[in-house]
Order: sequence, then structure tokens, then C-alpha cells
Amino acid sequence: MICALCDLGPSVRLFGRRLAETANLMVGLPDYDTYVAHRSATHPDEKVMTREEFFRDRQARRYGAGGGGLRCC
Amino acid sequence: MTTARTPASGALSWLLWLGVAGVGAVSLGTVALSRGEPINAVWLVSAAICTYLIAYRFYSQFIAHSVLRLAAGRPTPAVRRNDGLDYVPTNKWVVFGHHFAAIAGAGPLVGPVLAAQMGYLPGTLWILAGVVFAGAVQDCIILFLSVRRDARSLGDMIRSEMGTVPGVIALFGVLLIMIILLAVLALIVVKGLAGSPWGTFTVFATMPIAVLMGLYSRFLRPGRIGEMTAIGVVLLLASIVYGQTVAETPELAALFTYRGETLALMLIGYGFVASVLPVWLLLAPRDYLSTFLKLGTIFALAIGILVVAPELHMPAVSRFVDGTGPVFAGRLFPFLFITIACGAVSGFHALIASGTTPKLIENEQQIRMIGYGAMLMESFVAIMALIAACVIEPGAYFAMNSPAGVIGTTAAQAAQTISGWGFVITPDALTQLAQDVGEKTILSRAGGAPTLAVGMAHILSGVIGGQAMMAFWYHFAILFEALFILTTVDAGTRVARFMIQDLLGAFVPALKNTESWGANLVATGLAVSAWGYFLYQGVIDPLGGINTLWPLFGISNQMLAAIALTLATVVLFRMKRQAYAWVTIVPTTWLVVCTLTAAWQKLFDPSPAISFLSHAQRFSGALAEGRVLAPAKSLAEMQRVLINDYVDATLCVLFMAVVVSMLVYGLIGIARAVGNPDVTAKEVGGDLRAVRSGA
Repeated sequence: MICALCDLGPSVRLFGRRLAETANLMVGLPDYDTYVAHRSATHPDEKVMTREEFFRDRQARRYGAGGGGLRCC
Repeated sequence: MTTARTPASGALSWLLWLGVAGVGAVSLGTVALSRGEPINAVWLVSAAICTYLIAYRFYSQFIAHSVLRLAAGRPTPAVRRNDGLDYVPTNKWVVFGHHFAAIAGAGPLVGPVLAAQMGYLPGTLWILAGVVFAGAVQDCIILFLSVRRDARSLGDMIRSEMGTVPGVIALFGVLLIMIILLAVLALIVVKGLAGSPWGTFTVFATMPIAVLMGLYSRFLRPGRIGEMTAIGVVLLLASIVYGQTVAETPELAALFTYRGETLALMLIGYGFVASVLPVWLLLAPRDYLSTFLKLGTIFALAIGILVVAPELHMPAVSRFVDGTGPVFAGRLFPFLFITIACGAVSGFHALIASGTTPKLIENEQQIRMIGYGAMLMESFVAIMALIAACVIEPGAYFAMNSPAGVIGTTAAQAAQTISGWGFVITPDALTQLAQDVGEKTILSRAGGAPTLAVGMAHILSGVIGGQAMMAFWYHFAILFEALFILTTVDAGTRVARFMIQDLLGAFVPALKNTESWGANLVATGLAVSAWGYFLYQGVIDPLGGINTLWPLFGISNQMLAAIALTLATVVLFRMKRQAYAWVTIVPTTWLVVCTLTAAWQKLFDPSPAISFLSHAQRFSGALAEGRVLAPAKSLAEMQRVLINDYVDATLCVLFMAVVVSMLVYGLIGIARAVGNPDVTAKEVGGDLRAVRSGA
């Protein structure tokens, strides 16, 4: 069902992607693909975190000292 | 926006905006001038939306273009320091969603519900005027300041633009505010759950559900937030359905029926454990659950209001504007403006706007939409909460929100007292409402959450399920509030812990290490006992606690806003933009006058219902004569009431001291900036003069 919707066109796919990106960022998880693209562009010879490591790293960061876990009343 | 303007399209656009202004004026007129007849909530919605559209189109454009001069070409921290992790240039809609999720919380839902005791009109006008001229301005300008300073925090910016001492004072103020905030939020949960096995069961159920989600995303399918949230939501809904069985089975109900005091102690213990445990086990999964549930519910409420188009039964202006109301003590000025903090203006947003959001913005010009726009949306949440409170029969509203000391503990007593105030209600109607929502009683369920839940149940059951689903929706609403409040309490306890470690670390270096278990336990213990003290004090308060704590919270939150806007004013002077400084001076002045008046009355008003010191005087007088005054049952308890009064009064004095000293430092900063012919604002990443001419 969801994939049938994706076939409607690139704009719908982009919308779905943005929606997922928003939902993840709301809970402190930035986009993994963007991270990989950035690392391979700027530090091609260095190690890149796997998706799993990335998730754990960001989770620890969100609730760690000076992290972004602060939210309003 | 970038399309070329022909004269025809320009004229069309002006016609369109004239139309919006016309609709807005008619809606506002209807909201403001109708007397006696109940009006439809849609008028309120349309008045609010037209106000937001016009404010965004014209005032925020003025702020963005003339006051701040946002420069599209100037690289933002996300661009300059892009690391794919903390600093990431991100699509503006994605950042908007992130920012809104971070600023939207329980505040805009609770304040308007309490403020409804004065009628819907005063609250509406303050929410709209407050957000346009104060709240959204603060969020937008602080976000701008942080983007121009490498996404530094509010405290850091105060230190570098105003000096070290004001920086430390501001940090201390923030810590005090955190503690009061956590106490008052926890109190709302206690008030919602006391004596309610259905609600208590569902909230308890969130813990194993969260742990399950935590294990799932840690070991089974790492990082699959969508999957695990879906599982969590399904289990959560199942727990609400099963909660009814729990409530109706006496043996099970007994396991989940607690008095407020017990719940408070449990919450304190829980807060400690939750913030010491590894975050992935409990805190993070519950955060995901509450974030998505919160946004889903806000969205559902908006749809519900538009579909059901309920009528507002509360009068436009009630007799309680004179300050004799049972929900909170004090006259319209200043207490209405203190009660509705978030939704109109919230100092806490200054911390968010100088937190993660500035690290994500890819283009300075998006600050207008993200800073100003997201706050308008938060304000709309407050309008919806006000609507939810006003669709309830006023008699039932006052039965739910008045302390037992005022209306008694039986439906008959309550109905008689409240009808005597002019809000006619029968005892049967009160009993029936309690039955409809699946509770034993709805009397004196202060704190806003139960009232909002009844209003939401009223609206949502009009869309799905009708009367039969009312109890489900009521407990859904209670759970949704409890869930995100508890998440804030956990996360807030952690933040307070880090602040305490930072502050005390200056004296005891060993405490500074955030990785050390000993330091962790000590600082967490301090944080929990600080808010726990105020929570417990609120629970045993016969006037319901919210009465005491909510104004303190409102005062502190708006004082933080005043501090943030003072910083903004000083920086505008240092940027040599003082011609536009009225944009921040006007709201700062209003907030300072409001909060100082409220704090002054909290200290020195002759009425013991308002002032801590008058209250203390009454008790110490009685104590000297050996008399015991209610709520206290013994002389020892009298002593405790006295101590609480003095603690609250001290807190008030501290808040006043913080804001007055920040004001003095602000004036000094302005005087220095005026005396210096050069631009002295300390921006990072780009020469100000070059950008100004090149923009």
C-alpha cells in the first residue's frame, strides 16, 4: 500500500522521505544518509559509523550533558 | 516569494490581505462582543488564524527584513561547521517540525484551562496579543542571535554580550525555573491520577511498554524508531482499553488506586531511577512515544474542533475577573498574564531556540518561519486548549477545578455552592459526567489535565464513537498528558542534574565529572529532592497546590522571557539598530511590570489567598494562640505550613532579585553600547558591515 503510493511520483517519495526525516529529527536522530554523504565527501579515508552505531551515538548525545534532550514545558 | 511582482498581482495580493483582515475583524468582533448567547468555537479559531496570518505576513517580515536584516548569503553554523551529526544543514520544513516538537509541551495546554475561570475572552486576547508582540518575537530573535553566534546557548550569549556576572545570574535563574517547572508538571500528573485506577494503570503500563520498545530498538532492530513506536502505540491503546476492566474489577482497581501523597512519593522515586538508568532502556523510548502521541493528539484535536464546531458555554467574561475565583487567586492583572505563560510567551523557548535548532538552519532567512512561525503554531495549541475548557458546562468546569475546601466533597454540596455563584448545575449532572468518563468523581480534579481531558473527550467523541467512547477518549487524553509530562520530568531531571554538576563543580571539582556514578547519584538526588519537595508540598496543600505552584511557575517562566528579551535589546543596541529596539523593549517592559507586580502581590498582598506572607502571618498568629487552622491537623503541621510559606516567599524574592539585577545589567549594557560609536555585537562567521552592504 505504502509502496503503491511511492510510485505516484518523485514528489510523493520526497514528501515521504521528508516526513520520515522530520519524525526522526524530532526525537534527536539526524538523517543517516546525509551523515554518510558528508563523511565520504569530507573525510573519505576515515571510518564511517554503521547505522546502528550512528543511532546509539545520537541517542547518547540527546540525553547526555549539553545534549538536545531539553524540551519545553 | 521570488516571482516578479506585476502591478496586477500586487493589487490582488493587497485585496487578499484586506480579505483576511476583514474576516479576522469580524471573527474577533464576534468573539469580543457577544454576550449571553453561546458562540461557536469556529469564530475563535478563525479570529486566531487571521491574526496569525497578518502578524506573520507583516510584523514578522518587518522583524526579519528591517530589524534583524536576515542575510540569505551569510553562512549559518550548520553550513560552516557541518559535521553530519550536530551541525547539519537541514530542509526548513524538517527543522520547523523539529523545533515545534521541542517547544510544544504541557504548558500551553494547562495555562489556558486554568485561565478559563475568567471567561474565554481575556485568555484569548492575551494569547493572541502575547504571541504576536512577545512570544514569537522572543523565539525568533533569540534564534537569530544564536545562529549568528555559532549556535551558542542563552547563558553563553548573556555572558559574552552582557558580562560574566549576569551570565551566572541567568544560569542560576534557569535552574530555579527548571525545579519549579518539574514540580508543577509532576503535580499535574498526580492530580490527574489520584483515585483513578484506570488512569494510573495506563500510566504504569507505559513503563513495561517503554522497556520493551527500548530492548527492541537496542537488540532486535537497532534504530528502527518507526517500528518500535508503532508497537508501543498499539500496546498503549490496548492498555487504555484494558484499563476499563481494571477500573471495574474491585480487586484490580485496589492495586491501582492511590492517594496523591503516595503517587507523589512514587513519582519522586521514579524520577530518580529513570534519570539514572541507561537512557535507551526507558527514557528514550518513552520520549519517542510521547513525542509522536503528542503531535498526533494535537492534530486530532484541531480536526475535532473543526468537524464538531462545538459551542462555548463559558461566558465571554466571568464574574471572577475581580480575583475571587476558585481556580487561581488574584485579579485579572497581573494574574491572568502569569497563568497563561506558554502559548503567549514562554521564556523556556529561549533555551530551545539557542539549543539544537540553530545548528540545523541552512539559511538565515528561514529563521523567520522557524522562530516566529512555530511559536504561532504553539499559540494555536493554547487556543485549542482554551476551547476545550470552554465547551464544558461552566458548572462542571468549576466543580472540577475548585478545591474541596471551597465546594465540599459531595456532588450535592458542590452543585449547591457552584449554582450559588451563578453557574447552575445539578448534582445529577456532575455524577453523570463522572460516569460518562469512567471515573468515580470529577470534583476538585484541579491541575488542568482532567478538565482538558473532559473537553477533549467531548470533542473527540463527537468525531469518533459518540457517548459510548467518551470514557476511552477521557483516559486517552489523561494518558497523553501524563506521558509527555513524565518524559519532560525525566529529561528535565537529567538537565537539572547536569546544571547542578556544572554549578557545584566550580566548588567541588569531583562533582563535575558527568561520567562518574558517585557524582551522578549526588547531583540527581539533589535535583529530584528539590522538585520533589515542592511537589509534595503541593499535593498536601488543601487549596490544591496548583493554586500556589502554577503562579510561581508562570512568574519564573516569564521572567526568563524578560531576561532573554533584555539580552535581545542589548544586542540590538550593540548592533546599532536601536531605532528598532522598541520591538524588544515593549514586550520586555510589559513582562517585567507583570511579573514584578505578581511577585510583589504574592509577597505583600493583604489577602492570605494570594500572598505567602499574609498566609504565614495568619498561621503564625493562630500558632501563637495554640489554635490549629485547616488544612493542618496538628501544631506540627501548622509549623510545616509556615515553613512552606517562607520557602515560597523566598523563591519569589529570588526571582525578583534575578530579574531586577538582569534589568540593571541590561541598562548598563545599553548605556555602554550607546556610548561607543562602533558596532560592538560579538557575532561569529562574517563581517557585519560587509554583510550589511552586500546583502
